[in-house]
Amino acid sequence: MVNTGVLAPLVPLLPLLGAVVIGALRRRMGAVQAGALATAMIGAGFAISLVLFAGFDTAAGGTTVRLLDWMAVTGMDIPLALRVDALSLTMMLIVTGVGTLIHLYSIGYMHDDPRAATFFSNLNLFTFCMLVLVMGSNFLVTFVGWEGVGLCSYLLIGFWYTRPDYNYAARKAFVMNRIGDVGMVLAMVLLFHLFGTLEYAAIMDKAAGMRWNDPLLVTATLLLVLGATGKSAQVPLFTWLPDAMAGPTPVSALIHAATMVTAGIFLVVRGSVLFELAPFTQEVIVWVGTATALLAASIGLLQNDIKKVLAYSTVSQLGYMFVALGTGAYGAAMFHVTTHAFFKALLFLGAGSVIHALGGEQDIRKMGGLKGKVRTTYLTFLAGTAAISGLPLLSGFFSKDLIMAHAFQHGPEVFVLLLIGALFTAFYMFRLLFLVFFGTYRGEAEPHESPITMTLPLVVLAVLSVVGGVLNLPHLFGGNEALKHYLGTAAAGIANEELVLSAATEIALMAVTLVLVALTIVLAHARFVKRTTLEGDPAAMPPLKRLVAERWRIDELYARLFERPYAWLSRTLHRIGEERVVVPLMNGVGTVAIRTGQALRKLQTGNASFHLLAMAAGIIIFLLITLLTDPR
Amino acid sequence: MENVITAIRVVPLEHYVYLSFLLFCIGVAGVVFRRNTIIILMCIELMFNSVNLLLAAFSAHHSDPRGQVFVFFIMLVAAAEVTVGLAILVMMKRYANSVDVNQLNTLKW
Repeated sequence: MVNTGVLAPLVPLLPLLGAVVIGALRRRMGAVQAGALATAMIGAGFAISLVLFAGFDTAAGGTTVRLLDWMAVTGMDIPLALRVDALSLTMMLIVTGVGTLIHLYSIGYMHDDPRAATFFSNLNLFTFCMLVLVMGSNFLVTFVGWEGVGLCSYLLIGFWYTRPDYNYAARKAFVMNRIGDVGMVLAMVLLFHLFGTLEYAAIMDKAAGMRWNDPLLVTATLLLVLGATGKSAQVPLFTWLPDAMAGPTPVSALIHAATMVTAGIFLVVRGSVLFELAPFTQEVIVWVGTATALLAASIGLLQNDIKKVLAYSTVSQLGYMFVALGTGAYGAAMFHVTTHAFFKALLFLGAGSVIHALGGEQDIRKMGGLKGKVRTTYLTFLAGTAAISGLPLLSGFFSKDLIMAHAFQHGPEVFVLLLIGALFTAFYMFRLLFLVFFGTYRGEAEPHESPITMTLPLVVLAVLSVVGGVLNLPHLFGGNEALKHYLGTAAAGIANEELVLSAATEIALMAVTLVLVALTIVLAHARFVKRTTLEGDPAAMPPLKRLVAERWRIDELYARLFERPYAWLSRTLHRIGEERVVVPLMNGVGTVAIRTGQALRKLQTGNASFHLLAMAAGIIIFLLITLLTDPR
Repeated sequence: MENVITAIRVVPLEHYVYLSFLLFCIGVAGVVFRRNTIIILMCIELMFNSVNLLLAAFSAHHSDPRGQVFVFFIMLVAAAEVTVGLAILVMMKRYANSVDVNQLNTLKW
């Protein structure tokens, strides 16, 4: 029997220890030392997670490890506790597993950065926060991690702090997340009001007694969704994620694959019981997800920065996960989280390898023909592209098709929109692949293959991306949806999740998707390999295309809606409130004090007999006042 | 002791009050109008003693010993005050070569 009480706290504490030690010794540690220590810490966390996973008894449902009393007053007991169950174990394995590979990769990627030790310290801290987030046994502990990843993402996105636009991107991520956090805080307050506790297990029990569609519960879940849209980069709070590309590429991989953006999905799965009782919220989630999936995918079509394409692809894939959550398919959402962690980490690390090979070049118009020069990177990137596009029998195929099937069951219109999104995905991913690796080389730098610490994670992730589908093999392919049943022991909502479509319908949907995806890839091949089409200046494009290339001008819209009115309000308040009211008031107080002092100091003649006279006169006056006003 | 108290009681209380008031006013006038610091110190003593006289008189007439006890305290304080005052006077004589209180006029704005 595994001692969960001892092992579970070690999983987050080891990366924390790494972060503290590396942070303290950052001036004395080289990139390789710091990287090795950081990788070892999180690798150990992964090993412990595996042990916990192996020793976990699904029949028991889950264990709560109470570490400390945190807020214990009458009527309120919020401990610092960790919960080990199927859901948190799945997330722990993803976070530490993919995280270890990304740490390992970073050793090669960051080897010549003078602040590499700081980087690894932050990276470890990031992992720690994410582990706290997924392992917390109540909303508040999760919230600690939730804020922690927000902070760490700020630190890492703005890691190269000398560039002002990078700092801007970091601030943007932080502020956008903060908007979502407000929702999360308000949701916690409401949930405490409703249930008198924030423990997940207790809320699950008590939720059974709640009314269906209770207005307060719907409000609470909507606020949770607001929090989730912030972290998981959904419409309308998605614009921070593409800008988060400012950080070093391993950070992008970590944010997009293993940590941070999955937090929103995780939160909804954790609260699945609540969402099951709030169908209105579920409908909102479906449409937020659909809108995000389509919007982001369309933007991805015309981006020229290799990392931006992948960033919009992440936003779009998160939209799919949201749709799954909204249709009640929590298992499918977690399945897609898992496979997406594999292939998106792979794609980002592959992109990092390409960028590394070209000495920092990120514009795909200056790439091309890298197929033979960076062979390992090419092959692994191909695997990732095929997986995310949903080519048959790869991991993305199973997870995305499952979501699409659930969407069809929910409503054919959602299915059609998601299908368009999937076609966009296939198109922009293959466009990326073709423009980077095929054709002739269009850049100047001399490409070279990356070191083994970078290619090894790529190979491991490529294998996982290819075979990841077996985790939750559907009945149609002879599997029994293992992941879903496993997760069902943790979150009651998953047990309700059932695909009632007939096998024929499922096969038909799959066939339609596959044929269209294949056609899209052929189209991409014709456009980008037969002849190399490069997008030029957006200003020269036809109006609609230009709008898409300029990212639907969402950033400009937000600037117009929020930033400019806010700036105007600030300026106006400064002009009226500050300059006309506060400053004159403050200066007036000062002037009055000075004038009074100047007048009164004339009394200080310095003449001792005059002072004596004044004193005697004063005493007499007070005496008279006392005598005359004495009521007796 | 009884004789003294009886003797004090012979004079009506009002007379003590008038005398004390007169002495106190002389003291105040001396402090305010005289320029010689020694005279000012003496006038302060005069005021102390007018109060002492009043306390002793009331004490005797009301058969309450607390007033007389208080007189001793005032005498003590007055002695200390005179010590400090005379020390200042000596310093003043050395500093300004004068005991005119109007010489002390540097303490101003």
